[in-house]
Amino acid sequence: MEMPVPDASVLARKARIVARLRDVLPSDAVIDDPRETRAYECDALTAYRCPPMVAVLPSTTAEVAAILRICHAEGVPVVPRGSGTSLAGGALPTADCVILGVARMNEVIETDYVNRLIRVQTGRTNLSVTGAVEADGFFYAPDPSSQLACAIAGNIAMNSGGAHCLKYGVTTNNLLGVTMVMMDGEIVEIGGGHLDAGGLDLLGLICGSEGQLGVVTEATLRILPKPEGARPVLMGFDDNEVAGACVSDIIKAGVLPVAIEFMDRPCIEATEAFAKAGYPMCEALLIVEVEGSVAEIDHQLSLIKEIAQRHNPIELRESKSAEESAKIWLGRKSAFGAMGQINDYMCLDGTIPVSSLPMVLRRIKEMSAEYGLKVGNVFHAGDGNMHPLILFDANKPGDLELCEAFGAEILKLCVEVGGCLTGEHGVGIEKRDLMHVQYAPEDLEAQMAVKDVFDPAWLLNPAKVFPLDASERRRAVMLAAE
Amino acid sequence: MKISSETEVCEAIAGAKAPLSVCGGGTRGLAGAGKVLSVAGLTGITLYEPGALTMVAQGGTPVAAIEQALARENQRLAFEPMDHRGLLATKGEPTIGGIFAANVGGPRRLAVGAARDFLLGVRFVDGQGAVIKNGGRVMKNVTGYDLVKLMAGSFGTLGVLTEVSLKVLPRPETEATLVLSGLDDMRAVAALCRAMGSPFEVTGAAHDPAAGESYLRLEGFEASVSYRMGRLKDLLGGTDVHVLQSDASARKWVALRDAEAFHGVSGDVWRVSCKPSAGPELAARSGAEAHYFDWSGGLIWLRVPPGHDLRGRLGVFGGHATLVRADEATKARLGRFQPELPGVARLSAGLRARFDPKGIFNPGVMEAV
Repeated sequence: MEMPVPDASVLARKARIVARLRDVLPSDAVIDDPRETRAYECDALTAYRCPPMVAVLPSTTAEVAAILRICHAEGVPVVPRGSGTSLAGGALPTADCVILGVARMNEVIETDYVNRLIRVQTGRTNLSVTGAVEADGFFYAPDPSSQLACAIAGNIAMNSGGAHCLKYGVTTNNLLGVTMVMMDGEIVEIGGGHLDAGGLDLLGLICGSEGQLGVVTEATLRILPKPEGARPVLMGFDDNEVAGACVSDIIKAGVLPVAIEFMDRPCIEATEAFAKAGYPMCEALLIVEVEGSVAEIDHQLSLIKEIAQRHNPIELRESKSAEESAKIWLGRKSAFGAMGQINDYMCLDGTIPVSSLPMVLRRIKEMSAEYGLKVGNVFHAGDGNMHPLILFDANKPGDLELCEAFGAEILKLCVEVGGCLTGEHGVGIEKRDLMHVQYAPEDLEAQMAVKDVFDPAWLLNPAKVFPLDASERRRAVMLAAE
Repeated sequence: MKISSETEVCEAIAGAKAPLSVCGGGTRGLAGAGKVLSVAGLTGITLYEPGALTMVAQGGTPVAAIEQALARENQRLAFEPMDHRGLLATKGEPTIGGIFAANVGGPRRLAVGAARDFLLGVRFVDGQGAVIKNGGRVMKNVTGYDLVKLMAGSFGTLGVLTEVSLKVLPRPETEATLVLSGLDDMRAVAALCRAMGSPFEVTGAAHDPAAGESYLRLEGFEASVSYRMGRLKDLLGGTDVHVLQSDASARKWVALRDAEAFHGVSGDVWRVSCKPSAGPELAARSGAEAHYFDWSGGLIWLRVPPGHDLRGRLGVFGGHATLVRADEATKARLGRFQPELPGVARLSAGLRARFDPKGIFNPGVMEAV
């Protein structure tokens, strides 16, 4: 992966920059020993690593503002970092950067059940937001599978989704307000406890901007009352196309399940070998979950089963208890781990229109044979967000490159059928050079114009999202203009 | 000028040297000064996949045509867009592009989201006449910056929407509304908030002091609505209640959505968005002649004497006040939208300068006075 050449003048000023940072931060919040900065050399896209020049761990918005003022004055690139769980390299450092980690900013600032909101510092993990309110019967809806570790800061940067977003939406649909520090240190308040902040929708623009427009230090989030209950049904089909038709029929019938998950045969086989969840061996497995009271769940599941029966499932298993529900979800939740037992894998994240599902799965199978690499598919079927897992051997020379080429082919196919490169993981560095596939130059130009307004010197999270040729040219122009 | 293709929109903008009044059906009283550039001639649903809950339509497609197509598949626009014609005494045909450009929602916004939450993708023409696309027609998409949200609610000041992709939802089997009688504003909003904090999936929560009634809407399968209605009555027990069934319930929410109480009655009309719990106190010091609450108290509709400076009365509060109906002089004097904080205003101005460098799109519609 090509990254910009580190700025020699910044590296030469390292001692001064570190000293200035130590002036505004507690001593243990500035890390410049190369043995320690190694801890920040990558995120969950571990194939790419680069230790930062310095890492800082502020505890307050004021400290973040002080850091950014210094970095702005010194012309130092800043890479914001939540918990470092990005699968797209969203927090990959450059050698001349300051990593700004928000991990110490994990306080709950306000909990307000009357208005159904919580305000937190953004280093707080996704699951611990729910943890702060669940004893009172509430939860925070977006549930990325890394929710035990991932920070709200990263969720906002990547507009994270999860398995339950068919009903509850993704981060942007559950974000009410932010405190954000601009690259020049200015603190900006957007939104709050009310809905639809007046003026242009800057909140919507910031969400999913991959830490390139500002550093979000506090967030007001919508919390929701927990449903009375939830229960899944599992169904197996011997044909992908039939499973796809079943999903479409369920949605058309007016039932809105909270989740519809899909697994294909390679994934089912791997999962069974690993987790022994008792899944049927078949081409396509669906897990459909609905919520409500016992009677409401019974009613919805009976409608869903009736629709499924029309498609001749080879298995139809309704959960009757919490244990059975856990067993149905066990396999799905172990899927990534199960694939990881077989070999290294690369997880893709393209989204497709649900109607293209059978065709896309057929093409992936053909490409798998062409490339000689195995693929398992786990899929949020209700919203078309695919997660093909391509297996490769990191120790075999050339295998990673082959895998990346295969992945790129799949993502191009997603765009071709009317979908997109990434549904919830973000572009980062991983899909940066594929942006041309989805967007024409003028489309990218419009997005980069936004970056110009928020961060004129292009210092925040450099070399991500936009193809390097486009962004580097721009960065040079901006620096010259300064 | 008469526009019937995206290319003509591009040409009109590229050649423009003076302000353009960008609009759809022109029913929302938002027209800026300048030569009218209407997308009402760009019509047609280009794609509709009920099984994928998605639709793509040209910007000028009448909302009525969209709703008809959706009704045939038992689906709907879940964010419940308001029809402004009654309140503003305007004529014409609301367009889907106009709905998104003005981020028009309704009572269900509280439960399911605003228009912007249902907009999946856009094509628009920027201030230099270039066609830009962003987003797509899939539910989950984080590929690049979200200009879709930026375009929603930009009131034609950043670009002209030529095509929109949207998420639609199933129309529920039935609905019913629990009516609580005799509560004052404080107690009513407290009751609405309690209901919203329950797991019974309330999709409308309003209070009308003039009628002395508070409303809670439930939607879904018949059996489920009746079960939840029972639970909701238990939760709010002790108050005087009755239930509006399907059609009567639907009519009530159209009236609340469209601010029917203020149709044909003189006076300026404002809309205040705030935390629900702050609603009653703000209404009390608003100096309004009439008001009612939607969004569990978080949206206040107010009718005030002509020229009344509502923002002056409310002072600094956590939220914003929008002037919806007034004469041009009042709109010019008070400004339609709540003034933005300096940092936000600078970013907004920067975005306008980039997307509309000639400053020709609806000048004055969004800027502060």
